[in-house]
Amino acid sequence: MQERNRNHKMLREIYISETNCITPLGFDVETNIEAILRGDSGIQLHNDISLMSNSFYASIVSTEKINSAFERISIETKYSRLEKMMILALEPIIKNSGIELNSKTAFILSTTKGNVTALKNDSEENFNNAYLDVLAKNISDFFKFQTQPIVVSNACVSGILAVSIAKRMIQSELYDSIFIVAGDEVSEFVLSGFNAFQAMSDLPCKPYSKNRTGVSLGEATAAVLISAEAKNAKIKVIGDSSINDANHISGPSRTGEGLFRSIQNALKEAQIEAAKLDYISAHGTATPFNDEMEAIAFSRLGLHNVPVNSLKGFYGHTLGASGLLETVIAIESANQNKLFESKGFDEIGVSETINIIEKNEEATIEYFLKTASGFGGCNTAVVFEKIK
Amino acid sequence: MTQNKTYIQSYITIQNNEIVLNGTSVFKIEPTDFGDFSKQAYRNFEIQYPKFFKMDALSKLAFLGSELILSPVISTDQENNIALVLANKSSSLDTDVKYQESISNKENYFPSPAVFVYTLPNICLGEISIRHQLKSENSFFIFDVLNAEFLSKYSEILLNTNKADSVLCGWVEYFNDNYKAFLCLISKEENEKYRNENINTLYNK
Repeated sequence: MQERNRNHKMLREIYISETNCITPLGFDVETNIEAILRGDSGIQLHNDISLMSNSFYASIVSTEKINSAFERISIETKYSRLEKMMILALEPIIKNSGIELNSKTAFILSTTKGNVTALKNDSEENFNNAYLDVLAKNISDFFKFQTQPIVVSNACVSGILAVSIAKRMIQSELYDSIFIVAGDEVSEFVLSGFNAFQAMSDLPCKPYSKNRTGVSLGEATAAVLISAEAKNAKIKVIGDSSINDANHISGPSRTGEGLFRSIQNALKEAQIEAAKLDYISAHGTATPFNDEMEAIAFSRLGLHNVPVNSLKGFYGHTLGASGLLETVIAIESANQNKLFESKGFDEIGVSETINIIEKNEEATIEYFLKTASGFGGCNTAVVFEKIK
Repeated sequence: MTQNKTYIQSYITIQNNEIVLNGTSVFKIEPTDFGDFSKQAYRNFEIQYPKFFKMDALSKLAFLGSELILSPVISTDQENNIALVLANKSSSLDTDVKYQESISNKENYFPSPAVFVYTLPNICLGEISIRHQLKSENSFFIFDVLNAEFLSKYSEILLNTNKADSVLCGWVEYFNDNYKAFLCLISKEENEKYRNENINTLYNK
């Protein structure tokens, strides 16, 4: 035990000190929180045959708003819609942090499909933009990062996995600060795929509810600064793990094994008991299998009474962005001591007892857990502690 | 962090119709396409895993490499905490392009869930995890070219923080029938065999 404590002491403590997000509910964190407290949702009915032949519910950012916000920071016209959203998420936090972008500052970009829309127009130049390293270089060059960008593309856990990767890289002292941007767009590519899986909801998604029928897709970008610097920190990252189900490539484990182990490992590293958790920001895609699997994993860990929400009812499933976006919102939840409603929830529709947050309420949040799961059997859990 | 030294235990390269395991050519055939090459390799090593034929090319490539490197070290009677850390340049673009073709013509519209699921680079990690029952850390990265420093540092972190007992890390690139896989198994167990080598030198061999 002594040995372990000594080793533990040697690891640097890791913090998130800047956050931002670009969503249909707003182009900064404050506006997003106001919208959530009002009960607004970004999910709306869309009729756009360039995206899908039938009308569909999705959470889509106004292109006009993206362009006018982008014009305020750059006159460049070469950037794709997603690139503009990523730059808009990063720009204020890089500026505000005052951190020098030197060899000790890394840049992680996390995405599931990046500029996949570039495949629609098959000119060579366009096609090149579909490469994720090209996307990352475009963003990196805009801000003049000095280190080679690191792209994480691990399906729907990408955004939160990037946080644990950044934590690990800083603990290894390879870097002192890491900026992360996570983003994905609603595209014909992804809509048709989820539709082919019959995983799309006919109505705005209803995570954990009895009558849930699937996901509503969404788009967003989120950005954070992870650092070893306690000054101005918003939250501390104290444990993380990312364990595969080793069960099925397109369906979650029936026993929630990978998620169960991810949470267990993350709590162990954080050196806290499961009972210490005050809040879980879960994945909750509203597909029948995913939500059931999460409920089983939480139940196996004795987390029946911990307040849980899914933010998918506000933002839809924003794929690789979701884990980071939901972390940004959860940090506000903790620091404002407010639990946000799990929008779309009505009657419990999972077999295990879990404590879904039905309306906004005040609560003291010292520790919270963020989880995500995705295709390929991946799961990620990260434990956060409020700064005292 | 306790900085224990880590060692390369074994490595494998698959390219140009040939598989080289720990520096020795173990399978080589006349030039052919990857579909044919992968099928012949599967038969040559007498692999019994019918799911292989449902995989896309990227997963087949990663599967073949991991099969030869992991089979000798996997113990079936206990859990194997072997993390998977793979990277490439083209993500799942080869399958993305095929999927895009299936939805671009409204007259001939046939999006298939079986193809769509492979439009994610990390699916190959899932395939390896299922095959060897690895309930372990896994992540997929994209770089312009092999970033050996990152892969070895990240693997070291996983080993030194006890998040994994070994790490299978490397490069699995597939696009338009051009392919190269380089995988190596790293752990803290002393092994002087590759003491003068690193991921970069072995990759370029």
